[in-house]
Amino acid sequence: MSDKKIATRDSYGKALVELGEKHDDIIVMDADLAESTRTGKFKDKFPERFIDCGIEEANEMSMAAGIAATGKTVFASSFAMFAAGRAFEQIRNSIAYPHLNVKIGASHAGISVGEDGATHQCCEDIAIMRAIPGMVVINPADDVEARAAVKAAYEYDGPVYLRFGRLAVPVIFDENDFKFEIGKGKLLREGKNVTLIATGLMVNEALGAAEILSASGIDCEVIDIATIKPIDRDIIVNSARKTGKVVTVEEHSIVGGLGSAVAEVLSEECPTKLKRIGIYDRFGFSGPANNLLKEFGLTKEPVAEAVSAFVRG
Amino acid sequence: MTNEQLAEKALEIRKDIIEEVFHASSGHPGGSLSAADLFTFLYFEELNVDPKNPDDPDRDRFVLSKGHTCPGLYGALAERGFFPKEDLKTFRHIGSYLQGHPDMKGTPGIDMSSGSLGQGVSAANGMAISAKIYHKDYRVYTLLGDGEIEEGQVWEAAMFAGSHHLDNICYIVDNNNLQIDGEISSVNSPYPIDKKFEAFNFHTININGHDFDEMRRAFAEAKATKGMPTVIIAKTIKGKGVSFMENNAGWHGKAPNEEEYNIAMKELSNV
Repeated sequence: MSDKKIATRDSYGKALVELGEKHDDIIVMDADLAESTRTGKFKDKFPERFIDCGIEEANEMSMAAGIAATGKTVFASSFAMFAAGRAFEQIRNSIAYPHLNVKIGASHAGISVGEDGATHQCCEDIAIMRAIPGMVVINPADDVEARAAVKAAYEYDGPVYLRFGRLAVPVIFDENDFKFEIGKGKLLREGKNVTLIATGLMVNEALGAAEILSASGIDCEVIDIATIKPIDRDIIVNSARKTGKVVTVEEHSIVGGLGSAVAEVLSEECPTKLKRIGIYDRFGFSGPANNLLKEFGLTKEPVAEAVSAFVRG
Repeated sequence: MTNEQLAEKALEIRKDIIEEVFHASSGHPGGSLSAADLFTFLYFEELNVDPKNPDDPDRDRFVLSKGHTCPGLYGALAERGFFPKEDLKTFRHIGSYLQGHPDMKGTPGIDMSSGSLGQGVSAANGMAISAKIYHKDYRVYTLLGDGEIEEGQVWEAAMFAGSHHLDNICYIVDNNNLQIDGEISSVNSPYPIDKKFEAFNFHTININGHDFDEMRRAFAEAKATKGMPTVIIAKTIKGKGVSFMENNAGWHGKAPNEEEYNIAMKELSNV
């Protein structure tokens, strides 16, 4: 791991430019947030293939569907709250029902939006998007994974929801030996006492928690699940069989997100004692992002404490 | 086609509509019948489409934003040869590609899945701006209900089309004045429709939506209009062609029983 910190929204902007250089069939759309979502990078380079809809997320998503219906691939962007939230039905009916090549680039997900507070802190998007038939849902952990995910989304035929964060987070993967495959989780650390399954920026915190716990004799296995749908059932079940205890860690509501997805897999295939760490059915509030993550128990220390109590309890 | 020939096609499409909703025991005859002449003109005069090559990338596009009136669109597509006419009787049946609302994946000639009001018009915008970006000269047409324009998304779409000078798109409003709960003017009046679109930087044309001469002039004017999108507001009669369905909101989404079916088919056969 390097000391570098990069927000995955920056990775999104960078990957779009790289894709745009290679492929003429990419259109990028935004809804007056190009500076924040970083689609502005693409706009600067390819203004003729960039569409700013203004503050019209519903029109944006259905328009993206119309463009995709002419054979192009569209990356349609906004904050997670307004993409998955406000434009849910446009995504479902205009994009997903005809299985069109629209990739929804949703930035500013989770409470780590920070100071903007509850109205902008979307902690329900994974649950909402996961429920749509045929929708792929990807929540990358760092810069390397995020850029790879954007490129994989372009190659994939059909709708994809990509979740990005505003906050700069540590780069945990090495680009030189990194491979991304939609639907595949990554075993990042082997252990025998408990499995931590994390997604997004919580992958780094789960790795940190595993470090802390190893000092107290708890040997954690750590898995990164970037693709929440379709989820990697094998990696989850194999690890659960080995450790017998599973903890999910996400910057999202424990209702409907990674925790729910893992619970579904385990209950069906390998009933295992499970603890879900995430946002516990409540709204966020204003504050600096890193302080908020501490307030909500989403940093390595409180995660380690919760895992310890779960394992010993 | 002559107006007489168009009128004959329109009559066939009206019979198709009644056949479809009767055999489905459900569906939306009222708004399908009000738009039957518009469907006829679009598919037999206006649109550059080829039933043998329905996915031609250079074809004109049509998006039925008021997707519930697909019995009329299916009738037009069948009459134009996109699929066998006998398949119309499978409308809304399990296993049929003729879904209750248009499904672009399964139906030859359907350019966009639609049905959730307000979304089709945005998708049509997308097709139009794609043509602009990639220098294609196909045109895009979209048909909206007058009740549908109560949806906020329609005005998001209109603002975008006007703001971006999409002169390759033509909106058509089927102004039959009725929605499920009654007259649009009493439920939530969108009037004046033309002034609203004008304010959104559209070229607006008002016509009688059952008059082929007026359609001919309006669509030519739309094509000749540069630098701004056009909206054709077509005054129509809901249920047009079947006496007991005309101007009756009750026939918005109801199928005729056997007796009503026989009366309707007899009326349409005796024109």
